[in-house]
Amino acid sequence: MDVQNLNSMMIDILGEIGNIGSGNAATALASMLSKRIDMNLPIVKILQFKDVAGMLGGEEQLVVGIYLDLNGDITGNIMFILDLESAVNLSNMLLNRVHNNSQLDDMAVSALSEVGNILASSYANSLSSLTGLTISISIPSIAIDMAGAILSVPAIQFGYISDRILLIETTFEEGNNSVKGNLFLIPDMASFEKILSSLGVV
Amino acid sequence: MKTIKVGMADLNVIKDSGILTTLGLGSCVGIALYDSRNKVAGLAHLMLPSSKEIRNNANKAKFVDTGIELLIERMVQEGALRGNLIAKVVGGAQMFTFNKDNNILKIGERNVLATKKKLNELDIRIVSEDTGGNYGRTIELDATDGSLSIRTIGHGIKVI
Repeated sequence: MDVQNLNSMMIDILGEIGNIGSGNAATALASMLSKRIDMNLPIVKILQFKDVAGMLGGEEQLVVGIYLDLNGDITGNIMFILDLESAVNLSNMLLNRVHNNSQLDDMAVSALSEVGNILASSYANSLSSLTGLTISISIPSIAIDMAGAILSVPAIQFGYISDRILLIETTFEEGNNSVKGNLFLIPDMASFEKILSSLGVV
Repeated sequence: MKTIKVGMADLNVIKDSGILTTLGLGSCVGIALYDSRNKVAGLAHLMLPSSKEIRNNANKAKFVDTGIELLIERMVQEGALRGNLIAKVVGGAQMFTFNKDNNILKIGERNVLATKKKLNELDIRIVSEDTGGNYGRTIELDATDGSLSIRTIGHGIKVI
């Protein structure tokens, strides 16, 4: 199966899976922060590689990316991407401190990795209980760099099998608007078929 | 001055004057070729080392082996001579690190190796490079003199 062959029903289903998974992830984040987290409806995006790097406000936009591998019946990755200001605010909330620095120190990086871990586990868990498939996640890895460079990693993974990339994107916002992030589920192509067939669609 | 953007899995050629640029190059590899006598510059932003390992390989600008060949072809059409070409190689970073055995995450390194091998086969000399590391790069190739400038976040600016 190629990305181009997905029909609109299949795309709706992937969107709904994203909705359930990221809903759980948002709940986990809210209880960790004891704050309200708003989430938009996930969007299934199918992009050409040349458009991938620019989708988060430009290729050179400085962002913080937390990356986790998915393994087991479903392979692919989960990425949580924040702008730097959001990342600083989020780490301050988690560490319960007031810190005016615009840079992330080791404590902040470690706290953000843990957020990635919790978001990805709750996402993967709900995906797993929904489909009956086994999914495990790797430890998180974090990069603070240009959006284009960070997005090249999942794009290359898709490059092996397709000329387009499929991402399920959810935007999170903390109640006071001080933290805004994008959570991406990027299953590889073989995983679509497994997800869809586990749900009896194909 | 005319500036042409080269996206991921993309390449372009410019003659006499103007800039070819690629923004936020990560694990992909950027290959700049230049013929100084005819002032033809070419830039490719390639994603994967080899078209031979992969079934779905119609898009030549995705792979190092076929991408370099296509870039040279396009440059020759614009008046470049193969024998005049020199190369500069940039990118191939490893953006995330945790699993040293993961081939996908080591893709940057493999892209650079494949590039050197292919250029060597074609007898094109690499005059300078800025590869590896764990950070992204924005590059600009100037068609008037073949200079390649590199911008990073937190790792300085340089011209090679």
